[in-house]
Amino acid sequence: MTLGERSVERPTVSTRILRAFSRNRNLLVGHVLIAIVIVAALAAPLIMTHSPTAQNPSDRLLAPGFGSEHVFGTDGQGRDVFSRTIKGSQLSLLVGISVSMLTMAVGGLIGLISGFMPRVDSIIMRIMDAMMAFPSIVLAIGIMAVRGADITNVIIALTVVNTPRMARVVRSVVLGTSQAQFVEAAESIGSSTSRILFRHITPNCLSPVIVQTSFVFAEAVLGEATLSFLGAGAPPDIPSWGGMLSESRVFLSQAPWTMLVPGAALTITVFALNLIGDGIRDVLDPRLRHR
Amino acid sequence: MEQPACGAMHPRAGVPIHYSTHGTNRHERVGGNRVASYILRRLIATIPVMLLVATGVFLLLKLTPGDPAGILLGPDASEERRLELREELGLNDSIIEQYVTWLGNAAKGDLGDSIFLNQSVTSSLVERAEPTLMLTFFSTLVALVVGLPLGIYAARKRGSWFDAGAMAIAIVGISMPTFWLGLNLILIFAVKLRMLPVAGYASLSDGLWESLRYIILPAVTLGVAQAALLARMTRSMMLEVLSSDYVRTARAKGVGEYRVVMAHAFRNALMPILNVVGLTIAALLGGAVVTEQIFNIPGIGRLLIQAVGRRDVPLVQGTVLVIATVYVVVNLVVDILAAALDPRIRRG
Repeated sequence: MTLGERSVERPTVSTRILRAFSRNRNLLVGHVLIAIVIVAALAAPLIMTHSPTAQNPSDRLLAPGFGSEHVFGTDGQGRDVFSRTIKGSQLSLLVGISVSMLTMAVGGLIGLISGFMPRVDSIIMRIMDAMMAFPSIVLAIGIMAVRGADITNVIIALTVVNTPRMARVVRSVVLGTSQAQFVEAAESIGSSTSRILFRHITPNCLSPVIVQTSFVFAEAVLGEATLSFLGAGAPPDIPSWGGMLSESRVFLSQAPWTMLVPGAALTITVFALNLIGDGIRDVLDPRLRHR
Repeated sequence: MEQPACGAMHPRAGVPIHYSTHGTNRHERVGGNRVASYILRRLIATIPVMLLVATGVFLLLKLTPGDPAGILLGPDASEERRLELREELGLNDSIIEQYVTWLGNAAKGDLGDSIFLNQSVTSSLVERAEPTLMLTFFSTLVALVVGLPLGIYAARKRGSWFDAGAMAIAIVGISMPTFWLGLNLILIFAVKLRMLPVAGYASLSDGLWESLRYIILPAVTLGVAQAALLARMTRSMMLEVLSSDYVRTARAKGVGEYRVVMAHAFRNALMPILNVVGLTIAALLGGAVVTEQIFNIPGIGRLLIQAVGRRDVPLVQGTVLVIATVYVVVNLVVDILAAALDPRIRRG
């Protein structure tokens, strides 16, 4: 590190994020909401009032009410809607976290390679274009059709679907920064390719990758619910918000709560994740901060 | 295709991209042959993508566990009959031969036969095209009619209550899953208010009004999220343009506010917006899968779900291929339109 570099003190990403919390309402609201969902998922065994899977035909379609045994009522098979919604949060978060981490790793690596190695760039990008030529849900359904309904397959399908966009984001940053003067400087003092790639270029990709990852998280939660709603996602015996919504269609006029409760949970979760994504983007991309 | 923000660095050239038409030398207008050569270049670029798409779809079949002949005949068929059918279907050929045959047939519009529908994949897709086209058309309409004015006005009234409110609604609109919105709309407008049918589809041949009654709820369901997305994008592009020098110059010259917004700013914000519209139409194709399922619309999306449920692989393949092709073609048309509107793109 040179003297000149040391004299320019920039706040680190973490300080900037911490500072942003106090200023950015989106970030604050988003994090509060998502914290509630995470607590619900982690403490599910303590919070759930009934077994989320136990069927009780004598208690079918009981209306919700405070003070009643079933706060959010019961579904068509007499299962407690509240407990199933809480249990459903586990699946949503599991899929969301796994898909966003995997997408970050796979898409990030592909983007780095593509951006830094012109020889393979056009081949990789044509493959990514081809993958993006499928509407994401259609591609996910296609993969599920081949691999069968299973949570691991849901994670794989949604990762495949989200990877091209991540790769493109990283690639465009890599292409942009590889022209930058500090890279030229590093090259001219004889830094190795791997040092330039990981020491100089990768840190610059961090902001767009974090922003993109938060949106992938939201996409993944939504994608899992959509696949389960269509019957191509989690197996029916695992409580999932999408699956609950799918089952609620039959009882829409008699028991609207079977649709309203899991749908609200899903919407709030995705809303919170989108707020966080917007918030992080505002913080990390100063150009967009005041928009 | 992704459009970088105005002022962003061009990935290859390392120079800032600007979307203003100012600075375009009007004497340098490019002739029709330049447009033609741009279209040709763009068409050629589509070929490898389509080939890869087709290869992916072909592999879908090959990766499916189980013998297609066995699935076709069902569990009771004899081993002898199964082997016979394998030969008939060409499943004993090498994978390369099978690929070339399949690709050749697909290029001629022959996508094979559905296992369960007892008809060719192509004709079952053609039969179900109308509902999907109607749904896509009307939800695009919803997205444009709601999203564009909302975005323009929010940018114009930046920082106001209208702006904050519109953007809050937009982020809720993006976050709300299509199928939940659809179920809520059914609950309110069909079950409670009994204004519109719960589900189903009336063909245009049953009369325009009848057809519209059935398509309103699905079109709104599918259009809302895209309208929200479009409103956000339009607002952000308009803000970018409204803060540019030439807009300040126009204002300084005393140009009327309406003209500044619509003629100077919106025209320049149009290019990235057009790209978003292209993505919107493409996203609607995917969204149609879910919406058709909620409203029991007998379209291509519902066909895909049925095909997946029955493991009708040729039908899944054909449907996915057709949807992806439409997606690519829509993007192509958008790019060509953009070139027709913006001289710098076709020159680049």
